[in-house]
Amino acid sequence: MTRRLPILLSIFVLAASLSGAETDREVQARKTALDLAGAFTNDGFKMRDGHWCGTIKPHELALIAVNLYAGNQYWFSVGAIEPATKIAVALYDESGKQVTTENYNAGEKAAAGFSPTNSGQYFVSVDLVEGAASSFCLVYSYK
Amino acid sequence: MFPTRRSLSATLLLVLSAAFAADVPHLSRDQLAKAVRSDSISIPTPGELFAALEKPGKPNWSGQYRGPIPMTYRNRAQIALNLGGLIADGFIAVEAKDSQQVKNIGSDIIKLAKALGVSENLLSRGNSINEFAENDEWDVLQEELEATQNEVKSSMQTHSDQDLVILVSVGGWIRGTQVVSAAIMQNYDERSAKVLRQPALVSFIHAKINDISPGLRAEPLVKDVNEQLIGIEKLVSFPAAKAPSVDEVRKVNEAVGKVMEAIQNKTDAR
Repeated sequence: MTRRLPILLSIFVLAASLSGAETDREVQARKTALDLAGAFTNDGFKMRDGHWCGTIKPHELALIAVNLYAGNQYWFSVGAIEPATKIAVALYDESGKQVTTENYNAGEKAAAGFSPTNSGQYFVSVDLVEGAASSFCLVYSYK
Repeated sequence: MFPTRRSLSATLLLVLSAAFAADVPHLSRDQLAKAVRSDSISIPTPGELFAALEKPGKPNWSGQYRGPIPMTYRNRAQIALNLGGLIADGFIAVEAKDSQQVKNIGSDIIKLAKALGVSENLLSRGNSINEFAENDEWDVLQEELEATQNEVKSSMQTHSDQDLVILVSVGGWIRGTQVVSAAIMQNYDERSAKVLRQPALVSFIHAKINDISPGLRAEPLVKDVNEQLIGIEKLVSFPAAKAPSVDEVRKVNEAVGKVMEAIQNKTDAR
């Protein structure tokens, strides 16, 4: 784990440079997401060195397309910061139908676990359940 | 006129089905079309593809090695495409737990990155790859390889080579798909074969290439790769629940093999 630390830190720094100018609030949200995703690495999940940050508003789903492989297991972890107080993550198949996921929710942190039986495109949504518009960040892990 | 008991039951069933369907949240076509698509999240790494392939049983990873590729390319697009392919080779060597092969590929990655002028921070990456390989730290190596790839991409952006970023991803996806389709052909299994279904991914890559500067897009190699992706997209568009047959896998393998051959050996790249 100690050897992983420099890699995780470099992922953090690199990710910031890859995505261009990111606000301090997005960096903070990403740290929250990475903290949550870090828990899954203990279970053998490998964290992707990429992220998606943005602003989330009430009653507005933030959506991103992902391409998943049948046979793998995935966790999509999201972190947000105040004034967002409760967020939710969900997954949809390529037709837009929500799929059943294993969920973890803890206020400004949330994660959805999924094992696709079909390879292809899926969509991850981030929803602000309680609180006001704020920054969020999503990372994902697989095994 | 009163409805019969049968028609009442049918109506009730219809209403219940509709209510049940309405309970499952559904995104509209407009929402799906507007979803964000990004290089760093929407394009999977070769490591993800290989992880899925080995679920039914570990393939013969070392049997998928290829010979050394030239380090003397002068065309920047060709270098970027081959860098992506080399990074996929690195993932293969990690899966094979072959430390010498990982070190060889790590060294080639640095050489090609240098040719693009993006190697300032990469030397330390090369050293880390060697160290992790010597200590058999395979999980960490996977992360290091992806971090190396992202460092190359980040450096490209800094050097105003933004258009080359997608070519690194394309090279990685093509080499990964070539290896996976070859492994499936050697030991066919329906569960493994299902990983080849990725029409939306190819469509996204194709769209990204169409977004790059007209000059780069018109280069013979880039034009060739982009044109061949149209055919590949059709070849990987299997129905969701159906595994491709051995023959369909062979067709995918031949198509990506042809592209990989051009990436590696095309000599008329400007």
